[in-house]
Amino acid sequence: MSLVSILPELILLGGAVALLPLVLFFPWRLQNLAAHYSLFVLALSGAASVAMLGDPQGSTFFGTYSVDDSAVWGKLIILAVTMLTVALSYQWFDRDKRRGEYYVLLLMAALGGIILAGMTDLMELVLGVLLTSATGYVLTAYHRASARSGEAAIKYYLLGALTNGFMVYGVVLLFALAGTTVLGTMRADLSTADPFALIVAVALIAMGLAFKLGAVPAHAWMPDVADGAPAPVAAFLTAAPKIGALIALSRLVAVFPESQVGWRPLVAVLAAATMTVGNLAALRQEDVRRLLGWSSVSQSGYALMAVVALGRSDLAVPSLLFFLLAYALGNMAAFGVVTELRGLADRSRYAGLSRTRPWLAFVLLIAFLSFIGIPPLAGFAGKLALFGAVIQSGYTWLAVVAIINTALSIAYYARVIAPVYFSAPEPGLAATLGIWARVGAVVPGFLLILFGIVAEPLFHSFFSAQLLPW
Amino acid sequence: MLTAIILIPLLGALVVGLLPTTRAPLARPIALVVSFVPLVLTVLVWLRFEGGLLPEQIESLRWIPALGVEYKVGVDGISLPLVALTALLFPVSMAYPLDLLGRERMYYAIFLFLEAASFGVFLALDLFLFFIFWDLTLVGMYFVIAIWGHGDALRSALKFFIYTLTGSLAMLLGILGLYLATSPRSFDMVALIQNPALPGGGLRASLVFLGFAVAFLIKAPLVPFHTWLPPAHVDAPGPGSAVLAGILLKMGTYGFIRISLLMLPDAFRKYALALAIVSVVSIVYGALVSLAQTNLKRLIAYTSITHMGLVVLGIAAAGGVLGGDVEARRVALDGAVVGMVSHGLITAALFLISGSVYARAHTYEMPEFGGLLSRAPRLALLTIVAAFGGLGLPGLAQFVADISVFVGAFAVYPVLVIVSVAALVVLAALFLRMLRMMFLGPLADRWREFTDLDRVESAVLVSLLAPAVVIGVIPAWLINVIDATAGAVVGRL
Repeated sequence: MSLVSILPELILLGGAVALLPLVLFFPWRLQNLAAHYSLFVLALSGAASVAMLGDPQGSTFFGTYSVDDSAVWGKLIILAVTMLTVALSYQWFDRDKRRGEYYVLLLMAALGGIILAGMTDLMELVLGVLLTSATGYVLTAYHRASARSGEAAIKYYLLGALTNGFMVYGVVLLFALAGTTVLGTMRADLSTADPFALIVAVALIAMGLAFKLGAVPAHAWMPDVADGAPAPVAAFLTAAPKIGALIALSRLVAVFPESQVGWRPLVAVLAAATMTVGNLAALRQEDVRRLLGWSSVSQSGYALMAVVALGRSDLAVPSLLFFLLAYALGNMAAFGVVTELRGLADRSRYAGLSRTRPWLAFVLLIAFLSFIGIPPLAGFAGKLALFGAVIQSGYTWLAVVAIINTALSIAYYARVIAPVYFSAPEPGLAATLGIWARVGAVVPGFLLILFGIVAEPLFHSFFSAQLLPW
Repeated sequence: MLTAIILIPLLGALVVGLLPTTRAPLARPIALVVSFVPLVLTVLVWLRFEGGLLPEQIESLRWIPALGVEYKVGVDGISLPLVALTALLFPVSMAYPLDLLGRERMYYAIFLFLEAASFGVFLALDLFLFFIFWDLTLVGMYFVIAIWGHGDALRSALKFFIYTLTGSLAMLLGILGLYLATSPRSFDMVALIQNPALPGGGLRASLVFLGFAVAFLIKAPLVPFHTWLPPAHVDAPGPGSAVLAGILLKMGTYGFIRISLLMLPDAFRKYALALAIVSVVSIVYGALVSLAQTNLKRLIAYTSITHMGLVVLGIAAAGGVLGGDVEARRVALDGAVVGMVSHGLITAALFLISGSVYARAHTYEMPEFGGLLSRAPRLALLTIVAAFGGLGLPGLAQFVADISVFVGAFAVYPVLVIVSVAALVVLAALFLRMLRMMFLGPLADRWREFTDLDRVESAVLVSLLAPAVVIGVIPAWLINVIDATAGAVVGRL
């Protein structure tokens, strides 16, 4: 146990707490510096995380918090997502009266996701879920004057309050059954627990995590937030909490004895349902942002495939981490383009983008192709590893469902790509936001290509990553 | 050398794609020069070729060792003729005139990109790499059809994309099935050919075989997976159709040899008869449906199904039975590969011809034409040569392919061969009918201004049809290369 082992979290927490009084008293014209400051804090936290990669993997604070490589990679991905979000936000919130506080909330939300990724104790699970939720509601409603923003926040909040409440009940029940909240020691205690109570606890907790993931049955907020929240916030909320929640779920399932709780088939069914629901709903969207929201739901379904394979395939953890990385980058690239186009949502307004803004069009194309899983983009290697993992675990049917879904998804991605590449541009150039947002969109697009080709260092590290308490 | 064949068009695509707007007129000359380089390199590879069961001239590089992925390329007697076909077909298709709608840079960049990806498919010796190039060809062709196509191009392009990507995803499952059976895990195709990972035709091998078969049947395409082909061809621009039919379809039949036959020999033997029946159904179906077509391009598209069925029949016969008749099965496999080359040359020529006709008349409907022989003698002559090639006239490459496949397959599946020969008679009739409708009879008034092929068009068509004649007259130089590998393959089964 040492404070150094949670240095990235401490930097983030300290950075956010220190920023709050600063923005309260700083004059408005200086508040833009909060963005630069946040980038610095995030980079510092990232540097502290990278330094942990070589360290022995294990847990800290009496087994309640993990410092294994899965946690570190979770941190790094979330920090990268947050940095890109800052880039997208800088000019978006340029005229906002409260642009300073925005970054405080963003840093705290990132911290929540990171705690989720490292949690090996039920209390931290609750802490992480609530921290990302509470900040998420406010971030979604940040445009106070916008009815859409408010509506999205209310929907997000109602569903969140309900599922988070369920989850807390589940945590209490699990604590009662096991007599401990530490995952590492819980497994042995649960082997003699009442199976019915255990199943109820699992179901209740699954609700809370499904909400964070945007998985069936608590997925409905995702398209609303994607459409209604400020575009940079939509980018963040469809990526960062999901990464934390997936790693948290992966850790949590380790403690349930399979002889009593058939969580593997349960997760498999949820995965199949999530990808199918997301894809079917996306098919007919005219609104690009809602479409991205639904596509993000379907991507959660693919990611859940890795959870199904945990403990049965050595590809499970690498596929989970690589897929999350690829998903996060694709998501930031796609939402980055939307943000750079000032939140443009109407599909028909994208007509001729390839001629007026060739680079943005190309980034959007790369992001979509990576979502589909076209090689050599990062999304391909992620999907390949996922399919390999579930086939090895005896869930070939799930891979087949995923493949049918992938083929289906081409239809709606093509519905956006078609006007971008095949229609003549309409008079009047689409307005753009600025250089910060452009960088925030192009960088992840470039990384999708880079990590698809130079995948070895990542996979090498992912294969040696532990995922406690497995 | 082989890496350069892939890399040079790829770099060319980057250069052409990133040309500044003011330099856009340079796109065509740069692209044409770049696309000819692989042809020269392929000749050098051909001269160094020795032949055998395993690929040679291998170049490899560790890529993702954590997953067992390598960059690995090489050639054998099956892939070399297809590489040569690719090297010839791409430059001439790109040279073919087409209204580019003011998007020259993108057109030439995509074609060079497609060329690189096509070389990659035929040269790859790592399943991961193979899959990458395979999928990239889909993306490239999707854009070609959607941007420069006509009619309901967007819909046809999407149909093409969804169909073939579904196939490639089925293949991905097959690849994973093979991959997970290797130890230590690797995607190395040479190792999988030497030691098939799933010996015996058990359930797992059958499922893997099925995954690959679906992918290749969609790509080739054979009945009942062919429905994407006619709209894609009809709505694609001429050069796009030429590359689609000439190169992309071959990837399906190539996959049957490279993966199904070589890596899953036992499962292949088990299902060879089923495959042969599917191919004969395609042969008959393609011929009969072509007979009902009045649309020139649709007609050629359906004859493609017949010709590709013939190729698959040869492959099925080669892997059909254990022992006995090694010579016959070897001849069948030789014929199948010659059939791929011949179909590539002749069908590409026919599609380019349809493109020229469409550019002048804006219709593919044959009954609207007639008597063009007097207005466009060069067009007529070249179409006649191509059509005779298509119907399998002796002296042209298709005849060599037909006769080899039939002779070889007759020893294995005599009844199926008899049915197929009957279908070829239909094919002859419909090509002759096409010539009559287009070129004979009275010239309608509206075609009084119909212009003949220009010099570029004629040169391109001659460069495609001349090799078809050469192969038809002296096939030995090609068959020797194919046979060097095909003999070893069949001998091992």
